[in-house]
Amino acid sequence: MNDNLLRTENLIVGYGKHIVVQGLDFSVNPGEIVTFIGANGAGKSTLLKAISAQLAPLAGTVYLHEKAHISERELAKIMSVVLTVRIDPELMTCEDVVSSGRYPYTGRLGILSEHDRQKVAEAMEMTHVTELRDRAFLKLSDGQRQRIMLARAVCQEPEILVLDEPTSFLDMKHKLELLMLIRRLAKEKHIGVIVSLHELELAERVSDRILCIRNGKIDRTGTPEEIFKDDYIRALYQISCGTYHPVTGAELESVKGQPEVFIIGGGGTGIPVYRRLQRQGIPFACGILHENDIEYPVASALASEVITEEAFEPVSEMQFQKAAAVLEKCRSVICACTEFGTMNQKNLELLKLAETSGKIITENS
Amino acid sequence: MKFNRKSRYLAGFLFLTVCVLLFFCLNLLTGSSQMTLSKMLGVLTGNSSDTTAQNILLRIRLPRISAAFLLGGALSVSGFLLQCFFGNPIAGPFVLGISSGAKLAVALVMVTALQIGISVSSWMMVLASFLGAMLSMGWILLISGKVRSMSLLIVSGVMLGYICSAVTELIVAFADDANIVNLHNWSMGSFSGTDWQDVRLMTAIVLTCVILTFLMSKPLNAYQLGEAYAENLGVNLKKFRITVILLSSILSACVTAFAGPVSFVGVAVPHLMKTLFGTAKPIIIIPAAFLGGGVFCLGCDLLARNLFAPTELSISTVTAVFGAPVVIWMMLHRSMKKYE
Repeated sequence: MNDNLLRTENLIVGYGKHIVVQGLDFSVNPGEIVTFIGANGAGKSTLLKAISAQLAPLAGTVYLHEKAHISERELAKIMSVVLTVRIDPELMTCEDVVSSGRYPYTGRLGILSEHDRQKVAEAMEMTHVTELRDRAFLKLSDGQRQRIMLARAVCQEPEILVLDEPTSFLDMKHKLELLMLIRRLAKEKHIGVIVSLHELELAERVSDRILCIRNGKIDRTGTPEEIFKDDYIRALYQISCGTYHPVTGAELESVKGQPEVFIIGGGGTGIPVYRRLQRQGIPFACGILHENDIEYPVASALASEVITEEAFEPVSEMQFQKAAAVLEKCRSVICACTEFGTMNQKNLELLKLAETSGKIITENS
Repeated sequence: MKFNRKSRYLAGFLFLTVCVLLFFCLNLLTGSSQMTLSKMLGVLTGNSSDTTAQNILLRIRLPRISAAFLLGGALSVSGFLLQCFFGNPIAGPFVLGISSGAKLAVALVMVTALQIGISVSSWMMVLASFLGAMLSMGWILLISGKVRSMSLLIVSGVMLGYICSAVTELIVAFADDANIVNLHNWSMGSFSGTDWQDVRLMTAIVLTCVILTFLMSKPLNAYQLGEAYAENLGVNLKKFRITVILLSSILSACVTAFAGPVSFVGVAVPHLMKTLFGTAKPIIIIPAAFLGGGVFCLGCDLLARNLFAPTELSISTVTAVFGAPVVIWMMLHRSMKKYE
């Protein structure tokens, strides 16, 4: 394991006597994206500060290229950061802010060489901020600022890039762009990236490895596939109201009680209806869903009762009877499903049952 | 754009140099004793045998002009350092009470020395002034460590200034009658009575400090992005902080030791220079602030001497009249920019 870019050994971080996260042993390799996730206040930022030498660790060591002691100047050439602190640079253009990334490479007075200017231009090109070059930094939106700060970090030509919640101020488009860029930096320039993220779906897509921080330690480490399964995320964030499903995301708490509406769903058609009824506070039942149906996780999170069938099996008579009994007790029925085939033939029968009893209501009423 | 910026810098420095020369000559020519251009040129080129003119120019006016220029530059550079350091545009040696602390220490030393009958050398004055400045600085650092609010820092600095001034007044009030006039004049701030020996000492101190400050322009530039980013860029924060505190304290202490407290130069001039050059880059602003501060004080001294001649105004009276509006304008401008 000699090609570790960064390695920590029994690291303990915190402030004064207050330990925030302890027992940290992890490493980052060139070209790897390591993401920290965890609840607010779990200590992600503190940890990133310790890694980037902004905060002296309470114990343990951070090794860079297997070296524990590294001068400030050396460190500046190896690691760059994008932090959450707001900066207030007076009268600086964006180019000025980005240029500051060349600091470790310039001479005594910090005058930029032609080579430095070229690197600045490249970094701005890469982060799509070239057109902001001569604008005053303080007049930019938060999202633009974030991209400038990233350009600054890139032109520092680091081997490791540390980003503390870089997506916080960005809209969806820029979030995706930023993450694509991080991927490019990792894959093309073999930069090791350490990032903390709040958006789980983004963390899942961008990370090579995810470290989950919980109760002051690394609770779990693994690939996104290993982390985003079962109910782990729910436990990690201690979600007690509502649920989180790896595929369909977060749901609010279900409405408890005797189902008033029955929804015939399937294939994802029922999801908007479930969420609407949840918003309106109406308890509902739904069926008959196959257990591998895309809307099953949402249904089971929100419905009082879900009538299901095993994956890839035609709906059995037994489940149909069960569904019919529940439907009988509901005051109305909504049919969200529009396609009926061999596997969900019984749902069509449910629909007919509802029509004959006059409980059916059309989707938009 | 690149070209524009460069020519703007060039034009700015050219303008400042012209101003320095202009005010230099004006200051030489004007005063309670009549002086003509030809007389002045004669003395300066060494072709004149007019001893009165020689005495006035070389013994009185030239040292005074040198002092005004150097000390003005020192104040302004000191102000710029403090503004960078505290991330606060209205920080300055006077506003933060550093000048007043220095003043108090100097007054104490002067009165004590006069009481026991020893004469005070310029060196002792500078040393006392530096100690006073450092004590005030310590207090301000203590406050700034506890509170993050910009305005609170300024308020505590101003209050500290008032306390120090009050104690100084008290000392002056109880001082020996014979020296009270001298002490009183000094405590109001003035460039008068500077001799060549003083000028030599202040040149050594001020130029050393300003050159050292100029060499710090790279870390200062990084520091403008905030501590965290500066550290990531490889700035040794501890060393940086100590150097900035020492340099700004020595500069403002030197001014206080020789000319007493001079207000507003430290805040107004760096801001004027930033506006003139359209940048806050230390590598530009440090030399600009030095020249600009010099020009500002030369101009103010010119007015202080001539406006109600033969009565001289204290230098702070004039710097306040010109400096304070700049500070007010700057604060208004800033708060308006926030709501844009």
